[in-house]
Amino acid sequence: MVQVTERVRSPRTSVSVRTLVLVGSLIALAAVVLLSIGFGSNRLSLGEVLHALFAYDGSYNDVVVRDDRLPRTVLGLLVGMALGLAGSLMQAITRNPVAEPGLLGINHGAAVAIVLGSAAFSVTSPGEYVWFAFAGALVGTALVSIIGGTRGATSPLRLVLAGVAIQAVFVGINQGMQMINTHNLQAMRFWLVGSLVNRNLDQLSVLLPFFVAGVVIAVVLARALNALALGEDTARGLGANPVLVRVAGMVAVGLLSAAATAACGPIAFVGLMIPHVVRSLIGQDERWVMLLSALLGPVLLLGCDVLGRLLGSPGEIQVGVMTDVVGGIAFVIVARRLKAVRR
Amino acid sequence: MTASVRRESGLDRRSTVVVAALALVTSTLVVLSVGTGDYEMSPGEVLATLAGSGTKAQYLVVMGRLPRVLVAILVGAALALAGTIFQTITRNPLGSPDIIGFTTGSATGGIVTLLFFGAGPGVVSLGALAGGLLTALLVMALCAPHGLLSSRLVLLGIAVSAVLVGVNSYLLVKANLEAAAQAVGWLVGDLSGRDWSYFVPLAIVVAVFVPVVFANGRALRMLEMGDDTATGIGVDVPRVRLTLVVVAVALVAAATAATGPLPFIALAAPQLARRMTRLPGPNLAASALVGATLVVAADYLGQRLLESSLLPAGVVAAALGGVYLLWLLLRRRA
Repeated sequence: MVQVTERVRSPRTSVSVRTLVLVGSLIALAAVVLLSIGFGSNRLSLGEVLHALFAYDGSYNDVVVRDDRLPRTVLGLLVGMALGLAGSLMQAITRNPVAEPGLLGINHGAAVAIVLGSAAFSVTSPGEYVWFAFAGALVGTALVSIIGGTRGATSPLRLVLAGVAIQAVFVGINQGMQMINTHNLQAMRFWLVGSLVNRNLDQLSVLLPFFVAGVVIAVVLARALNALALGEDTARGLGANPVLVRVAGMVAVGLLSAAATAACGPIAFVGLMIPHVVRSLIGQDERWVMLLSALLGPVLLLGCDVLGRLLGSPGEIQVGVMTDVVGGIAFVIVARRLKAVRR
Repeated sequence: MTASVRRESGLDRRSTVVVAALALVTSTLVVLSVGTGDYEMSPGEVLATLAGSGTKAQYLVVMGRLPRVLVAILVGAALALAGTIFQTITRNPLGSPDIIGFTTGSATGGIVTLLFFGAGPGVVSLGALAGGLLTALLVMALCAPHGLLSSRLVLLGIAVSAVLVGVNSYLLVKANLEAAAQAVGWLVGDLSGRDWSYFVPLAIVVAVFVPVVFANGRALRMLEMGDDTATGIGVDVPRVRLTLVVVAVALVAAATAATGPLPFIALAAPQLARRMTRLPGPNLAASALVGATLVVAADYLGQRLLESSLLPAGVVAAALGGVYLLWLLLRRRA
């Protein structure tokens, strides 16, 4: 194990550590899923949860689990996975530790498009507005890419500022539209906070293609991103086309962010923190970073959701608020650890 | 003539023209703004009423609407001066209160007083001041050992802002509906319904602190050249810096208490002033006037832009300021 700590910075971490982290992630995921199902206004024991999942007989607890807690948990799994993956993709493409769809305003781009859609075309279901979300997310990604720059290792500060500016414009537009159109303000206001409540699983099926497409592109790109980490010329020598990889990667980020935002509103920081944690554990191999980010994203998201139910009882605190607080604190730690920041 | 020589000659012609032009634009907007609303008045009528020769009805309308624009002017000037101070002291064009979390901190303090004490403007000001100061201290502590001069200042400020935004949302979720509605209105940054009770405390703070800023104007210019140079010229650097930071935070807090957090004014005003006057260093008078113009304009646009509803000035400022920041980033690519 001593050797491992010495080699942790290299792209090739020993297999045993990866396996350990993988197993640990799976255990954490299982635990947080059980917590998410068992925890709420009426608390269920582990036995009751397992009974509802594997021996459903229509008792009150079983119904609560199946109609309320289970959809919420499945949603958290999917969205957490999408956000974790999108974050690790963005960090790999920009080679920038602060890249993340929430912080860089991409989720808010999707949100603006959705609010626009509901105001102008009165779309109401995630299945309908996921297309708006995708368009908005792509506009956001394009803006961040153009302004923050994606070539080579960009300045973290510049990227974050681009994100802050884009977010300000989007949020301003959103608030303006809500002022004009009050009849859907109520629904939209709650949705804009980012929450896992009251989502319908039928509507989720419409979002699945977006998730799947995003994941597939990410999987295909993983090796090329490893090559890109060695620099442009080396990547070309290894047969990867840097421009194509970046564009395809950003499209995948757009797909994943759009699906996540359409499902439960703009949620920040999940995609920022998780890849960091993963990298510090297993090193730089993008294939593993992506896999583990996809597994640990839901752990963080569902964990924050459970925490929000705990702190907010008898009500709850929306998960978007929890991730803001937890993630902001983590961002402070990341920012303090960065080497000299270029202005 | 080089800029520094122009600066030393005391009254620079270009900046005098700029300041005069800005004053004219602001006055025009004030007249238009006062004439706007359910009871329309022509600019001529407004001016006649202000000169004391209007009808009684017109007088009542003007007196009802005047505090709103006066608050806008003072808030804009206060934010702009605070932004100038911060950008000079941090030697960072982005080191302005709204980017590094002080504004959000003031908002948190304001919400806490609103929700837990059901307070009026005066007490909210105190809460906003406490929140702003605590946030300032926190960000500086996180930036240790370099404090305000740290290159991480902006990143850490954004991070702390994010946490506070979450805290603000949490407070709103926990509050009862009536208080929450009031706090939400205040959080957006709005000038509607601002009467003399808002104007008076703000005017007192501005009257106390703005002279302090101008009195330290020369020292602030020296600070731009670096601490050693400033010390060599005879500026007590630590004292000046502390004084000005406290003053700047007080100005931000007073402005935030009056209208809620208006984004980007403190960031953009000093830089726009610099571009207009083409003078280096802190252009205090020009910055203050640019800030006043921006806030009055944002409020007027918000009232005028859409027929059906009134946009709060904060929304207009956020959208415009975001565009300005993007433009700034694009220009700095070279």
